Order: sequence, then structure tokens, then C-alpha cells
Amino acid sequence: MCLGIPGIVVEVREMTAIVDFGGVRREVDSLLVPDVKPGDYVIVHAGTIISKLDPKEAEETIKAWREVLEAMYEVEV
Amino acid sequence: MRKGIHEIVRMYRELSIIRDVVKGIHKLAPRVMKKYGIEKIKIMHVCGTHEHTITYYGLRSLMPEGLELIAGPGCPVCIAPTRIVDEAIELSLNYNVTLLTYGDMYKVPGTKMSLAKARSLGGDVRIVYGFLDAIKIAKKQNKPCVFLAVGFETTQPSVASHVVLRTIPQNLKLLVAYRLTVPAVDYVLNQPDIPLNGIIAPGHVTSITGAKAWKFIPEKYRLPAVVAGFEPLDVLLAILEILKQHLEGKFRVYNEYSRVDSWEGNVVAQKYVEKAFNVVDADWRGIGVIPKSGLELKRMFRNYDSRSMFYIKIDYSIDLPPGCKCGDVTLGKAVPTDCPLFMRGCTPSRPYGPCMVSSEGTCAVWARFGGGGKVKELARILGLNKVV
Repeated sequence: MCLGIPGIVVEVREMTAIVDFGGVRREVDSLLVPDVKPGDYVIVHAGTIISKLDPKEAEETIKAWREVLEAMYEVEV
Repeated sequence: MRKGIHEIVRMYRELSIIRDVVKGIHKLAPRVMKKYGIEKIKIMHVCGTHEHTITYYGLRSLMPEGLELIAGPGCPVCIAPTRIVDEAIELSLNYNVTLLTYGDMYKVPGTKMSLAKARSLGGDVRIVYGFLDAIKIAKKQNKPCVFLAVGFETTQPSVASHVVLRTIPQNLKLLVAYRLTVPAVDYVLNQPDIPLNGIIAPGHVTSITGAKAWKFIPEKYRLPAVVAGFEPLDVLLAILEILKQHLEGKFRVYNEYSRVDSWEGNVVAQKYVEKAFNVVDADWRGIGVIPKSGLELKRMFRNYDSRSMFYIKIDYSIDLPPGCKCGDVTLGKAVPTDCPLFMRGCTPSRPYGPCMVSSEGTCAVWARFGGGGKVKELARILGLNKVV
């Protein structure tokens, strides 16, 4: 039920936004994240934007874990 | 060059790092077991989407011997009280109401039937994707509409915002059965018969509540809590982090899903929910009453309550049909294959219990993608559970 679908905002309206889900566009509720702008990555749940998605943070998490994993194996050897 | 949305998703499905993380899990798990002198490590997640990821990608087959991934109360449809389903059915059949519901609730068995059956008997039941669609439909109708408001923290603010801003048409009422996962996790951790070694917290509930909502887990229970996303790498990193915390002996809330979630959460959404609803004790189907785990509309918004317009007395409702183990499955005390009805009297096309209905119910997920002992056995035969 708490399924969230990532998409990119293409247009902002008064209380809604048009979000592109990899080709499919849909009008969604933007009341909960009122400062969305075209180009923002967002998570949409049940027709409502619940949060932004930070692509930089997505890369950072993986980078940080790669370092942790490398350190883990170095200690092993 | 900006990344497309699929490229970001794909990063969390990349094989090379997944392999390294699984290797790490295989290294650390035996150490944790040795440290505590235990034979089993039990990690619970509390989200239907996590169960979907774990089962769909066969993650249980990649786990080392003794490490168990348990599905906890993560499906709002499964635990919505029968009474509410019965009330919605009654409204659609006998009160000339358009009943609007999420698709998940459509086939959930009530005491006598489901909303799907009510529709086949002439009830005006319609499926909506979100509350915005419900508003649009209601505006076109010149009869009363009732929206069946079920869901966890993720879903609630999408309705609360419209309640507070009073953007709901006069003829649209709410039948509210919202439940909160945070007190439910507290309840599960209090059960003496389910010893757990860590919690994978639901990433989308947390986008609203903030990671801070889970700090009671390390503070009160001295256990790791990891907020995780929904790709296979997300879940595997959460497991690795839980093991790491055990070896370090320091427990905290770690936010693996930082690309979406923050410590404070969505403050705008939290305010809407606080303004629209009171927190009350509430019953969970198959479980019973959990203190402070439900929401009801505040007095000033009672005009949106379907009960302000229709008084329906449900004299008799059955919690779970006889033999159904949904309650134990929801609490992580049993797995679907423990239930004698699983895939016999109860299947996704003819669900008998509520956990077989929603695409996020543990039984429905296992029915579609497999699960249980067979996956592990197969992995053992193929040598998949040993990572080189």
C-alpha cells in the first residue's frame, strides 16, 4: 500500500503537478511538498507527492558503502 | 548530464555491489551469532513493499544459515477491521452511496462478502488511485460519496491536507480506519514470543514521520533500526548495517534511504495530520487493540465523517474467518506456508483471509513469487546460498 513511485516533475500547477514516470505523465497532488519545481525528482504515493528524491544522495549512499565494504575486506586480508 | 529516473533505480540493482554486500552479510552473521551464542538472527521488516522486494528478488535464498527475514505488520489493508469493510458494503448496497476505495481494499473479505461482491450485487463501488480522483468523481456526482480511508502514515496526509484546507466537496464523506505503524512496531517488540534482533523500518512511512520516529527502538529495546528503500540493494544494506551494529555493540537509527528520507520527515504533512486527526486506541484485524495506533477526525471536521450522515449499526462481524492465520502472519509469528489454507482454500483469485488480497499482503506476495522453505532448499541445491 505504501508503494511509492519515483518520477520527475514537468509542470507545476496550483495544488497539483504533472509528473513524468518514465514516459507516462499524470497529474498528482502537490500539497504535501508545495515547493516542487519542474525537474525535481519526487516520490509519488497514491497520487500524492510525499517527498523529493535527491539523486546526489543516491550516489553518495552507494559510494559510502563501497568504502565500508572495501575496508571490511582489507581487514580480512 | 542529468540522470533519468530509471538510472537511479538501476544503481540499486547493480550486481557487483549486491554481491559484495551479500558476501559481507555472510561474513558478519556467524560472528554475531558467536558473539551472543545464538543460532538464529531474526530481522523484521514492517512493510508490504519490503516483503515484495525480498520475495520477488529471492533475497531469502541469499541469506546465510540462521539469518531469518520476517514480515511484520506492514499491510494496512490486511489489518483494516472487518467492521469497516462491512460498513462500506452496507453503504454501497443500501444507502444509495457511491463508495470510493483504493484497489487493494476491493476484494478484502468482510463478514459476509467483499466490496467486489457488493458491486456485483448492484452496489456503486468504484476504485480510485488517490484521494484527488475521489474528489474529482464526487464533484461530478449529485449523490453522496464515501471514501474508504485506510492506510498507514504514508497515505494519511494526502487526505488530511484536503480536510484541513476544506477542499472536499460537500457530498464527499470519509469512512476513516487509519492506523499507525510506529506504535504497532512497539507492540510487536513487546511480544515475548517473537525475539527479534533488528528492525528494517519502512522507507515511505518514514518519508512522512522522519527517521526520528524509530529512535525508541535503540533507546527502549537496545536494537538496531535501519530505514531502508525498496530496491534489493537497499534491503541488503539494511541487513548488513544491522549486523554491523551488533558487532560494534552500539545501536542507533541508521537512514539508508537518505535519498528520500530525513531525520525530521515531511513537516508539512505531519502538521496536516495533527490538525485533522486525533490519535486513538484502535483495533487491528487479527491482532486486537493496540494503544494509540489509530486516527479519528477532530470534532471541527466531523462534517466530513461518513458517520455524521449515515448511522450504520454493525451487529455482528467476524474478525478472521475460521482457520485463517492472518493475525499470526501479520505479527511475524507464522509464515504463510504454516497455514493449512494457503494455496488450498485461499488463493489470490479467491482470497479467504485478508493477507491474501492486497498486493502487499504477505500471503499474496508468497502466492505470486514463492517463499518459505522451498526457496531456501532450491538455493541450497543450486549452491546460491554460498557466496564466493
